[in-house]
Amino acid sequence: MSEIDVGGQKEVALECRELHKHLGEGETQVHVLRGVNLKLYRGEVSAIVGPSGCGKSTLLYLLGLLDLQDSGSILIQGEEVPPNNDGEHTRIRGENIGFVFQFHFLLPEFSAAENVMLPMRKLGRLSPKEMKSRAHALLNEVGLGDKTHRLPSQLSGGEQQRVAIARSLANTPGVLLADEPTGNLDVKNSLMVFESLTRLAKEKGQAVLIVTHNPDLAEKCDRILRMQDGQFI
Amino acid sequence: MSLAGIVFGVGFFISTQAQLSGYQELFIETILGTDGAIRIEDRIQDANVFVAASTTKNTSTNFFITDKNNRRFVEGIEHPDNVIEAISELENFEAASPVIKGSIQLQSPLRKDNGQVYGIMVDEHIAVSALEDQIQLGSIEDFRGAPTGIIMGHKMAARLDVTVGDSIIIRAVDQQRRYRITAIFETGVSDIDKTRVFMHLSAARSLLKKPHGVSFIQVSIYDRDHAMVDAEAIERVAKHFSAPWQEREKSWMQLFKTLQISAAITVSTIIIISGLGMFSTLFMIVMDKTREIAILRSMGYTRNDISNIFLWQGVIVLICGTILGCGMGYLITFAISYLPMPLSGIFATEYFVVNSTAWHYVQAVIAAIIIVMIACFAPSRKAGKLVPGDVIRGTAA
Repeated sequence: MSEIDVGGQKEVALECRELHKHLGEGETQVHVLRGVNLKLYRGEVSAIVGPSGCGKSTLLYLLGLLDLQDSGSILIQGEEVPPNNDGEHTRIRGENIGFVFQFHFLLPEFSAAENVMLPMRKLGRLSPKEMKSRAHALLNEVGLGDKTHRLPSQLSGGEQQRVAIARSLANTPGVLLADEPTGNLDVKNSLMVFESLTRLAKEKGQAVLIVTHNPDLAEKCDRILRMQDGQFI
Repeated sequence: MSLAGIVFGVGFFISTQAQLSGYQELFIETILGTDGAIRIEDRIQDANVFVAASTTKNTSTNFFITDKNNRRFVEGIEHPDNVIEAISELENFEAASPVIKGSIQLQSPLRKDNGQVYGIMVDEHIAVSALEDQIQLGSIEDFRGAPTGIIMGHKMAARLDVTVGDSIIIRAVDQQRRYRITAIFETGVSDIDKTRVFMHLSAARSLLKKPHGVSFIQVSIYDRDHAMVDAEAIERVAKHFSAPWQEREKSWMQLFKTLQISAAITVSTIIIISGLGMFSTLFMIVMDKTREIAILRSMGYTRNDISNIFLWQGVIVLICGTILGCGMGYLITFAISYLPMPLSGIFATEYFVVNSTAWHYVQAVIAAIIIVMIACFAPSRKAGKLVPGDVIRGTAA
């Protein structure tokens, strides 16, 4: 069992207890996560580092309710997430969790602003005018205020990833999960994306968990969680 | 490709159904215009025989005997006026025409020919047939004013090489008489046009030596589709065999129905093939868009939201395809109706006959909806079932 809790008195945005996960079947089955415990606090940026295959991304997807754990529990804003309830997981993802992946995954047919508006459209809390205004504001915050109308194919790799960051913040989630957000970028763009991500998260009091192989970026985070063989060390 | 398939499938479906329906409609109009909606004919004597067994001042004992072996077949209608009076009470009854029918031999200066004479009352028969409209040469008025006038089918007139105004000898039973051709008709039905001769009922009675009764009564009704029910009612009321047009032309109607179903199935294969195309296309799109699906799921889009995206693609193709297909069907049908297609035998027409109804459009749209929805269902369901974690893990790895 491994446990990390260094947040002090800060508000817990996300917590997991005794998470276990196996991947594969039969003889090829691997015990990827071996009883992971973790708390993420609002306004804090955490980095998970570790060798490939140690379970970093798997943990991230479990915390983001994109996958199901074999056992253990996840709590968001102090409330346990019911396991095996896809509808509830989907709702929680829409309201409380933002994702940034290694690849931007922007929808190529939509402009930058429209991509940012996608989570807002689903949540349905804002009027179309408010959604548009918020999308422009978020893109402005990541330095793309003058490129809101551009299609993803008309943006550079770094710009595309910054649109993805803006999109992840669209519904003001309490937790931001990033899976190697700079893994596909050069040094300059990596720094720019990382700065945008961490600055905005801190400003908005969000808990940020970044999976990265980049030790320099990890060093810039508030805390570093080292993982090996499915456990924090 | 899928859109084109839906457009062509719907368009061809509508146009083929319109053609078959057109010829069927013309056939029905032709048979109604010649032999009427219902024909009341012979009678088989009732098997129940009423027997008054004993009668006193205050009581009587009566009973019926059923004697099926001794039933008598009664040819024709002995009391046509009584029958017409009885059936005229029917709500759907429009008109009735008593007709005497018999075999004759016709002799023109050129040759002899056999035929059937129909003795009619002019006004009554016009009310139950399209005889007046079927006259090609001469007029019904000339016939009305000529006691020895006859109206002859155009094929018979051609075979005998006679025309309006000519005289002709008709032989029947054991006598022959001379008649004047006052009009020539064409129904489009070969068998009628080459054998049938109309003359006044009184003249036919005299020629065929049938002073009483008639051979049959031809009945027209307001709602032709109600003929089966009316014929049954007439049989009950008039105690005579009664043949509605659907029964008389059952084999032809079955042929038309079979052709319509066959054409619908054949043309639907175009829609089915386009549906298969749509199925494979959507499946490929789903496989190609797994990352986009995963990211939408990560944003809070539900399985149904994802499925609906692909269903909507199908619906959009369906809506565009059916609208364009209906338009294409209308245009094809319209164009076909102007194509020359001279035809006679069971009916006569100079052009392709079409009869486009809203039902044809509805059928085509329903066929397209069913096929497209089936084609979209599996891919959209697969899209909705994708687990975002699996997709993203696979991509990130």
